[in-house]
Amino acid sequence: MGIRLEKAWMDLNSETIASLPAQLGVYHVANSDGTVLSVGYAGAGHLFGMRSALEEELDLHGDQATKFRFEFTANYRSRWDELLMLHLHDFGQLPSHQKAEQSRVGRLSPD
Amino acid sequence: MDFSLNEEQQLIVDTTRRFVQSEIVPLEDHLDPDAGSLEPSDYDRLVAKTQSMGFYGLDIPEEYGGPGLNTTTRALMAIEMSQHRAGLYNPCYGVFGGAGLAQLYEATDDQKERWLYPTLKGEKKGCFALTEPSGGSDPARAIQTRGIKDGSEWILSGSKLYISGADKADYALIFARTSDDPGRNGVTAFIVDTDTPGFHVRRVVHTLRATHYATELQFDEMRVPEENILGEVNGGFAIANDRLSRQRIPYAAGCIGPAIRAQEMSIDWAKSRETFGSPLAEKQAIQWMVVDNEIDIRHARYCVLEAAQKADSGERFRTEAAMAKLVATEASSRVIDRCIQIHGGVGVTKDLPLERWYRELRIRRVGEGPSEVQRLIMARDILGGSFK
Repeated sequence: MGIRLEKAWMDLNSETIASLPAQLGVYHVANSDGTVLSVGYAGAGHLFGMRSALEEELDLHGDQATKFRFEFTANYRSRWDELLMLHLHDFGQLPSHQKAEQSRVGRLSPD
Repeated sequence: MDFSLNEEQQLIVDTTRRFVQSEIVPLEDHLDPDAGSLEPSDYDRLVAKTQSMGFYGLDIPEEYGGPGLNTTTRALMAIEMSQHRAGLYNPCYGVFGGAGLAQLYEATDDQKERWLYPTLKGEKKGCFALTEPSGGSDPARAIQTRGIKDGSEWILSGSKLYISGADKADYALIFARTSDDPGRNGVTAFIVDTDTPGFHVRRVVHTLRATHYATELQFDEMRVPEENILGEVNGGFAIANDRLSRQRIPYAAGCIGPAIRAQEMSIDWAKSRETFGSPLAEKQAIQWMVVDNEIDIRHARYCVLEAAQKADSGERFRTEAAMAKLVATEASSRVIDRCIQIHGGVGVTKDLPLERWYRELRIRRVGEGPSEVQRLIMARDILGGSFK
């Protein structure tokens, strides 16, 4: 199993989000070029899991973010950490809309 | 053996209990149920508080500025500090400070300057790299990472598995085989900066602990100066083993806290929840579960305190520490399991901490030497005649 989140992109809009199960997991939000703007997670604190987390992203970044891809996992916290580490490894910095501090993200050399 | 607390211990226990209930538990209401850390502002505020209480750096020896607690008092604190949702693996979210890697207190003065003191000041982080893909229960024989001497340097090659904190560590304590001896006399401990060429964090290993991960490390012909050896060449296993023995008592004590809290929650629930016209507390099935919980909790507590008192009095405590680790991890697991059963549906939701303790306690029966290894240690002492 690959460790990168490489699922198919979906349109970031209310209709698509409403069709998602209310489960826990991680996601990428990206602009129309496919540039990842943020890596997030839907945790147990989100009322309707993935749906609520992506609604928040739509509210916050809907002007630039046009698509998303996701993965359901109960290990959303450690998987989120892993995706941030992977992004840092691949691009040398965190996504532009990321709230996490770069100094708090670990190092990973997967290749 | 007298398990009553002296005046100072009672004061410390009461103070710690109040701290957990008034400072930690309220913050958890606003955190993700699987959170492993506080908001930085809360963390800094509470660290200042533990420093002013004189409790910061609990495990730091007195001569290095620690509070100088004995093992018994430290175990009593561990029981209190773990009585919250994240308490099993993140007691009070680390606001009482860490001690760094205990082995570094045996380091040379130069090594202490480079790694120990910066760690105690919070400027550097270390990780402990012992377990390998070839096994962790019998590290003396399982270690395959090789160290080959080349002039004034050693070249390390190999891999490590299930290593916590390596991705954020500034240095690692790495155990490598440095002689043809296939057992404990052929292992050396090296202190290695993680920016050394050839040091790679290859993989995140996800576990039952949803908030925390381990890592897999790979060393590709990593060149390490001779002066980075901790202790003697081929004397590394004694260093590793010392940690494993000493660690067992607070490790066991920390398992009891969640069991106590879960029992309290279950008693409250059983008294207030009604089924078939009466409270759960009036059903014999529930009463017996609560009683069995109490027996398990007290059994674990006695074993931990007996081991701690022997350690404090300078007696041999290897068997008692192994027994404490075995009993506390297994008894607390049973308690949490029963408490989930008493709570019914809500017990398995993330609305309560029970499901998190249930998952994390399962790891405790494997980590720091599984139950079977603890039995092996006890059997050696009992059958070998050294048990008194």
